[in-house]
Amino acid sequence: MNFEDYSGIWVFIEVKDGEVVPVSLELLGAGKELADKRGTELAGVLIGDDVTHLADTLYEYGADTVYVYDDPIFKDYRTESYMKALLECCQKYKPEVILYGATSTGKDLASAVATDLPTGLTADSTILDIEEDTGLLLASRPAFGGNIMATILCKKYRPQMATVRPKVMKALTPEPGRTGKLVEETASLKEEDIRTKVLEIVRHTTQKVKIDEADIIVAGGKGLGSPNGFQLVHQLAETLGGAVGASRDVVEAGWIEHHHQVGQTGVTVTPKIYFAIGISGAIQHIVGMQNSGLIIAINNDPNAAIFQSSHYGIVGDAFEIVPLLIEQFKQVFNSEVVDHV
Amino acid sequence: MLHIVACIKQVPDTKIIKMNPKTNTMDRASAPAILNPYDAHAVEEAVRLKKRYGGTVSVLTMGPPPAVKAIKKCIEIGADEGYMISDRAFAGADTLATSYALTKAIEKISKIKPVDLIICGKMTIDGDTGQVGPGIARRLDMPPLTSVNKVKEINVEEGYAVVHRKLEDGYEVIQSTMPCLMSVEKEINEVPYSSMANMLKAARYQPIIWAVADLEDVERTQLGLKGSPTIVSKVWAPTKPRGGTMLEGEAAQQTEKLLNILLEKKELFSVKGGDKS
Repeated sequence: MNFEDYSGIWVFIEVKDGEVVPVSLELLGAGKELADKRGTELAGVLIGDDVTHLADTLYEYGADTVYVYDDPIFKDYRTESYMKALLECCQKYKPEVILYGATSTGKDLASAVATDLPTGLTADSTILDIEEDTGLLLASRPAFGGNIMATILCKKYRPQMATVRPKVMKALTPEPGRTGKLVEETASLKEEDIRTKVLEIVRHTTQKVKIDEADIIVAGGKGLGSPNGFQLVHQLAETLGGAVGASRDVVEAGWIEHHHQVGQTGVTVTPKIYFAIGISGAIQHIVGMQNSGLIIAINNDPNAAIFQSSHYGIVGDAFEIVPLLIEQFKQVFNSEVVDHV
Repeated sequence: MLHIVACIKQVPDTKIIKMNPKTNTMDRASAPAILNPYDAHAVEEAVRLKKRYGGTVSVLTMGPPPAVKAIKKCIEIGADEGYMISDRAFAGADTLATSYALTKAIEKISKIKPVDLIICGKMTIDGDTGQVGPGIARRLDMPPLTSVNKVKEINVEEGYAVVHRKLEDGYEVIQSTMPCLMSVEKEINEVPYSSMANMLKAARYQPIIWAVADLEDVERTQLGLKGSPTIVSKVWAPTKPRGGTMLEGEAAQQTEKLLNILLEKKELFSVKGGDKS
């Protein structure tokens, strides 16, 4: 393997409902830094049905080149079809690095591509860097349930690949009118070659506020004692117009569904305000919420680790504090509404 | 009759593992070795499918000799057979080398009894990658079905499976040809307490153990540390945040202080009619 044949930083562009998903734009931002450091180009690989027009968005967010596979066969994400396209693109243009969002699609695709190439793949990275002279990717991630951080290298294979957690990297400010090079490709692929079919896609509509998009999250932990006690979290979230989050313990105990789980094995969130109520603050939880704008912890244990990760802390009984807060909040806001009338 | 292979791993319980603050290494002795919690769901699902469609459940693990305990746990859940590959040559494997070794073992199991379905847990709690399952599927040229949270149907005669695959905001229903590989989410089932009969069986059970020499067509360069493209170059403890301001006083004073902080951001609360101007 001649490393000099490999150049360019690539981002797999994930498309959902006709739009580029946020993590792909975040990765263009992160990829841009790597590409600049290496003095190489940043490219997006765009696969889907009727997606070519999205290339303009990708240029605005930093892509120099967009490789596009636009064909009805790519209407739904399927491992085999997407993998085939990406493998062909890789073999033809030989990138140095490929980044994927650590989403169900990105992780699925990256795992398959890494096996077939073959090459190394680092999962759920949260920090990326590259050695200017060698092009060695330094992908760091929380390991062992977030107890440590580890930097993973792939010295002997190219391309180097990593999945990157959503909401960790920052997208660039889009530059309207910025253009780039479009490379249209077709994959040698027939429908009969693909052994899976997507019969139906069902989206949860019951989720009031989606946790990874919420400005305000009220999260609760085991300290609330019972599913009944956890209702306090729902009440405060409803009062504030926020989403409900939970620690791993609570999800494992079955108090709430897994898609509310914040942390290493749940979702990473960056709301403007994050309430941690009765959450002890295990590192596995902290890594999922530490970048929130304002973190407020309420816990009856003054030594709880959560206070170390919070901007403001209240030591006290949640069952006393939270109802009081709800009451005071309603008073203030109701009177403000009256003032405006 | 289905033959299902569930791939499992023994892991340190990372929830309670302690760190040595001086060396930033894990004190493995501080955490008991357990069956990877996600894998318990994989085995349970295999056992449920066996009950539904008839067949056999084999479990497979790669690990040091004490990992026999994890296989016994799977027998308690209801697995029929246990296989273990254990050899120094496997040590230091990353996900690519692990999927290679497990694939070689599955090829050998297939010769004893053809495999229709492979089930893996979503990921391990000590590796947190979820990459081994899809890796095995690619190596065996089976469709990889990841994030499965429901097995809707298996049609043995016609050779297909229909599953729900979890997405960030819902799920998709996928039909796949068989044999295939599924990696399953925790929510797919609940692992009940084991029956006394299974526990007795597990206590006596001894798995079939293979070394590298027992497997066929193995390229040794693809095993263990040698066969692993990724290496860990550095580990460090995550930086500890400094901690913020404590709001002191009686409960009502604390909440009042908090309310004032929230009011500085009152534009966020427009949902509840806070600012309609």
